[in-house]
Amino acid sequence: MFRFLLARLGILVPTFVGVTFVAFVLIRLVPGDPIEMLAGERGIGAERHAELMAQYGFDRPLWYQYGSFLVNVLQGDLGQSLVTRRPVLAEFLALFPATVELSLLAMLFAVLVGLPAGVLAAVRRGTFLDHAVMGASLTGYSMPIFWWALLLIILFSGMLQWTPVSGRIDLLYFFEPVTGFMLIDSLLADEPGAFASALRHLVLPAVVLGTIPMAVIARQTRSAMLEVLGEDYVRTARAKGLAPRRVVGLHALRNALIPVVTVIGLQVGLLFSGAILTETIFAWPGVGKWLIDSIARRDYPSVQGGIVLIAGVVMLVNLLVDLLYGLVNPRIRHAR
Amino acid sequence: MALLEIRGLTVEFRTTLGPLRAVDGLDLDVEKGEIVGIVGESGSGKSVAMLAVMGLLPRTTTITAERLAFDGADLLSLSTRRRRALTGKAMAMIFQEPMTSLNPCFTVGFQIVEGLRQHEGGSRRALRARAVELLEKVGIPAPEERLGAFPHQLSGGMSQRVMIAMAIACNPQLLIADEPTTALDVTIQAQILDLLVELQRERGMALVLITHDMGVVAETAHRVSVQYAGQQVELREVKALFADPRHPYTAALLEALPERSSGRLLPTIKGVVPGLRDRPPGCLFEPRCRLATAHCRAVPPPLAPAGDALARCHYPLFEGLPQNHPGTAERAS
Repeated sequence: MFRFLLARLGILVPTFVGVTFVAFVLIRLVPGDPIEMLAGERGIGAERHAELMAQYGFDRPLWYQYGSFLVNVLQGDLGQSLVTRRPVLAEFLALFPATVELSLLAMLFAVLVGLPAGVLAAVRRGTFLDHAVMGASLTGYSMPIFWWALLLIILFSGMLQWTPVSGRIDLLYFFEPVTGFMLIDSLLADEPGAFASALRHLVLPAVVLGTIPMAVIARQTRSAMLEVLGEDYVRTARAKGLAPRRVVGLHALRNALIPVVTVIGLQVGLLFSGAILTETIFAWPGVGKWLIDSIARRDYPSVQGGIVLIAGVVMLVNLLVDLLYGLVNPRIRHAR
Repeated sequence: MALLEIRGLTVEFRTTLGPLRAVDGLDLDVEKGEIVGIVGESGSGKSVAMLAVMGLLPRTTTITAERLAFDGADLLSLSTRRRRALTGKAMAMIFQEPMTSLNPCFTVGFQIVEGLRQHEGGSRRALRARAVELLEKVGIPAPEERLGAFPHQLSGGMSQRVMIAMAIACNPQLLIADEPTTALDVTIQAQILDLLVELQRERGMALVLITHDMGVVAETAHRVSVQYAGQQVELREVKALFADPRHPYTAALLEALPERSSGRLLPTIKGVVPGLRDRPPGCLFEPRCRLATAHCRAVPPPLAPAGDALARCHYPLFEGLPQNHPGTAERAS
């Protein structure tokens, strides 16, 4: 197990360096530079422009800039936002809980709906239910996020007026942020109204963000279950006279979960890229929206730092999933 | 009344090519405390018939029978709930591949206790003690430690012992063993068979032993049912069957036993078991039978008394000689 962990960590190093490089290069490929953006429509003289560029070190050769960025990152210094002058890390951490809250809820939705749907489709293979689940999951998977979001907003916010269109909570509520999670903080502050409001704000974005992972999980669960249901040990379980619910829900599902857990882990990366769009549409104050805004402002340090941090989180989660894999699969746990 | 009564059991699978009849009108009685061997080649329907008895076939399978009863209870009309109460308690089954028959995600102890809790219940501690006792019974050393073992930590022989422990947990009246030794090493095979026979004697349970190994049948069974292409071709006491087989197929199987062959080359039965599409209209064994006549080709023989046996042949053998055969000059052996 320790060796396994070490090997996994070893792979992370080149991946991480690769991410810093991509993050550094991509934002510089976008036309325009931070000084131009800061100046806005008034424009700025060429002399003043060059002066400011030199002040931030953007006149140095690219390899030098990348080198110092990398060295700083390795020392834990992601630099300052050009716009707010605050450390990138602090900005990120302030917004990150909002994204995590949204992503967790989206994942919860994806797993709670996708997993049972996949199991049901497998058990009732070839029936109308199976086709319905698979059809819905294909649709969900193919639906562009922004389009899906707009449809839901029109229905639930526009026509039915059940949910708010944007934001995290109604403005009339205020309480001390402790964890950064609105749902938890509102409960800590003993504000049930605030909790309800936060939940109503969360539902639509979470459903939108969770749709693609849900579809992937449903399909993966179905195929894993179909494979497992044909296994000898499922027959053994039935030969014991166990109830079908126990045979399917325990003996089969436990084994089917092994590949499904991997897929759920891989969805985390997808979730963050999806969060960027979802947060922008729902004006959700998380790191996704912040990243989009930073790109628009050519806030090089924020974009670079944001991408590096998000990538780091994704890698960490995947590592955790690999460890979890050992927990689900005893054959890996006991391998020496 | 026999413990297990099977009359005219027919099992059909739906396939894209049309219905496949895996078991065709099987008749078999299993008395309390006896060992019945079911022999036949792969695809002769021996496993499928017993899976049907256990109710372990997929829902898409069509199972019909004039009578399918266990201890007097009609299995086909029993509600699924009441049927489940029998399965794993009064009748149990072990399978060909012990390594894949245990669930890789759960410990041995969990899997043994689970069946006990389902049918008999009891405190955690009592169930655990029962599991240790069972593992001891089936000859597993250090049973206490084995309770926490996962199946991948066990050998094939050990896995089959665990399967047996699970199967006998609730003192079943009937144990069906589907080729229990096929996947094991030769030395282990004998141990497992001995264990099964010992348990059968000790507990007085009936044992149905499915195998394609005539040697296994000779050593263990009291009565034998020989299956061919989904049909029963001979039903007999084991000693009589080995001494004087009635059906040409049984005779050919016995000739193929290495210990019985005299020539330099081991005799074989030419051809293969007929499939879904190439079922002959008459006797199913006719294309491979040395004694086949035009009559065999046209008319399917019924399972009929032939001396002390039931045989599905127009010309059953007595002392190796086919009775009433038009060309009696031809010797069977």
